Amino acid sequence: MNKQEFTITVYTENQIGLLNRIAIIFSRRKINIESMNSSPSEIDGIHRFTIVMNETEEVVRKLVRQIEKQVDVLKAYYNTGDEIVWQELALYKVPTDEIAEKVKVERLLREFGARAVVIRKDYTVFETTGHREETDKLIKVLEPYGLIEFVRSARVAIIKESNGFHEKLKEFEELNPSVEVVANEYLNKQEEVFDM
Amino acid sequence: MQDTLKQPQKDALLTKTESISGSEAVMRAFVEEGVETIFGYPGGAIMPIYDALYDYQQNLEHILVRHEQGAIHAAQGYARTSGRTGVVFATSGPGATNLVTGLADALIDSTPLVCITGQVFAHLLGTDAFQETDIINITTPCTKWNYQVTDANEIPAVLAKAFFIANSGRPGPVLIDITKNAQVQKFDYSGYEKCNFIRSYRPKPIVRKEYIEQAAQLINEAKKPFVIFGQGVILGKAEKEFKAFIEKAGIPTAWTIMGLSALPSNHPLNVGMLGMHGNYAPNVLTNDCDVLIAVGMRFDDRVTGRLDKYARQAKVIHLDIDPAEIDKNVKTTVPVWGDCKETLPLLTELVQFRNHAAWIQRFKELEQEEIDACIYKELNPTGDELTMGEVIKVLNELTNGEAVLVTDVGQHQMVTCRYAKFIQSKSNITSGGLGTMGFALPAAIGAKFGAPDRTVVAIIGDGGFQMTIQELGTIMQTGINVKLLILNNSFLGMVRQWQELFHSKRYSFVDITSPDFVLVAKGYRIEGQRVADRAGLRDALKAMLEHDGSYLLEVMVGKENNVFPMVEAGTSVSEIRLK
Repeated sequence: MNKQEFTITVYTENQIGLLNRIAIIFSRRKINIESMNSSPSEIDGIHRFTIVMNETEEVVRKLVRQIEKQVDVLKAYYNTGDEIVWQELALYKVPTDEIAEKVKVERLLREFGARAVVIRKDYTVFETTGHREETDKLIKVLEPYGLIEFVRSARVAIIKESNGFHEKLKEFEELNPSVEVVANEYLNKQEEVFDM
Repeated sequence: MQDTLKQPQKDALLTKTESISGSEAVMRAFVEEGVETIFGYPGGAIMPIYDALYDYQQNLEHILVRHEQGAIHAAQGYARTSGRTGVVFATSGPGATNLVTGLADALIDSTPLVCITGQVFAHLLGTDAFQETDIINITTPCTKWNYQVTDANEIPAVLAKAFFIANSGRPGPVLIDITKNAQVQKFDYSGYEKCNFIRSYRPKPIVRKEYIEQAAQLINEAKKPFVIFGQGVILGKAEKEFKAFIEKAGIPTAWTIMGLSALPSNHPLNVGMLGMHGNYAPNVLTNDCDVLIAVGMRFDDRVTGRLDKYARQAKVIHLDIDPAEIDKNVKTTVPVWGDCKETLPLLTELVQFRNHAAWIQRFKELEQEEIDACIYKELNPTGDELTMGEVIKVLNELTNGEAVLVTDVGQHQMVTCRYAKFIQSKSNITSGGLGTMGFALPAAIGAKFGAPDRTVVAIIGDGGFQMTIQELGTIMQTGINVKLLILNNSFLGMVRQWQELFHSKRYSFVDITSPDFVLVAKGYRIEGQRVADRAGLRDALKAMLEHDGSYLLEVMVGKENNVFPMVEAGTSVSEIRLK
């Protein structure tokens, strides 16, 4: 089975130390996390982690089970790129005089949908959001114009098929929830012995 | 702070609150949870809790150990014989870090523990204060759950949650770190409420009927079904249900060392031990059965040997309470989620009465091969040297299989598990998953507190005994009655065996010298003797068992005996070698 990019979405209680508990599930197995984002979710008090990694599906499925096993985790999902809508945000710091003088840069920035966030005499900070390839491309473009600093955020993702967590949470709050809350929907779909 | 940790707001007019300290709240929580025994060691950051304990000595028995590792292994032994949650006190810093081995051991062997550690004042957190360690982050990978309390108001709800998590679902260790200010802080206490629900935590998966039906059908159609089981049967208190199941289906049954004693040794369907030093027949026939039914076990690599050659011909039914175990190592054909106390009776109802006589005969034939090749000479040696096996054999005869046997790690552990006879569950206490040398002595002390009416015999090698030998002091001080049987081969025997077999006898640092154990014990006011010959063995064991109080018996056994059969690392279970 080939490695591919997966995005794991985890709904959790808002608990100190949980970030570490989730992170070590990966590091223990020497799996690199490409990006990890922790944020509030659509529900007050419930946190949402978005984790990106390159792995085979069987490994990802096992990771998800280990994540769900944690006491403070409500639910974890994994998706491939085409099952989600995702964005990353990038910031670029460029010398202001370069941009001011070179009309070409301005055009380029417009082309990439970049927006000026801060404009100072000495530097200007641009922001753009998009997929990895898009934000990467702008680095290449800005490099000749003295790119001073670059940073990119972790991925945030929305699952296309998800109806949100409100309904699911109600099930979790019941003593006898639906099977799906407890059981793992990926069960019994695996043909071969795992090789993680 | 999440909602579930807050004490429910009660009507102030109806509920009297009183002002108590955080430490007092810890004591009250223990009393409410039915805690009777605490294993611990005091220190600076946990002094307020020990001060509160001073007034609770009538309700809570505190066992002062000699090292925090001893405390946690004792709590494990206690939990394993009693089925209850073991409780540990330790101070911050080194006290807390000394618990780590026991936490890892308890996590991998699913032992319910609640460990309370003291912590420096909250305002000192992160300042490298005296005896400050980040014990929450240190113990995150080796606890089922952990939590740091910095405000006394949290204590009742956090402890309720801790006890619930530790001993529900797949049990495990929980660590609660309480800062000193929270221990001394007075707060309005409005009573203790036990926890039985956490929305993000599902102790048991829901039993799915369709899987029970599919499993029953596979079992009913099977020609060569084979049951393997682990500690899940014991943890689920499902010994009776398990026995009823295998008896109705007439299926030969083998165990992992963690499952040992859940099924009586002399049960006609008990075909022995699985894994690296397990019995010949169950290992070989794992690769011959057509349906493999795994109950409350996790396909550890010491059980499966080489995975890609493990039971590939078989359809696998896996009964487990932990969803993450299903498909983790071995692909399951039918997963039967849930507590086996619930799933086994459902399955029993659907399976048909069967008698797989010819199939069981195959086990008997292979057993005979094993008897001829290794068992007979281990139990009836003719040479001058004593074997570990014959010691266990005589012990069986003297205890009638009624004793609790606590083993350490190494050759003596494998030999004991192979040859000990049990008639009662919760009788085999060992460090299975982590393989912690030094486990047996403190665990035996705890095991005796957990089962005070039973004879507890710790069987320990000369290496492991020296790892936690200080707990002889705990025996001395508590006056508890545990029997210490040291099988001394003057080597770190298991490693030596591997060096002999796989490293051309290059015995690298396995030649260990020991003190005069009998004399050491004497220093601790523990009676004992040493025996080195066959003629004196039975009487010596008898003297040990009959002695009123703890007793140390050191048996000198052959230096270079090996444990066989053996599934070599990286080979298949069916390639198990007899010599």
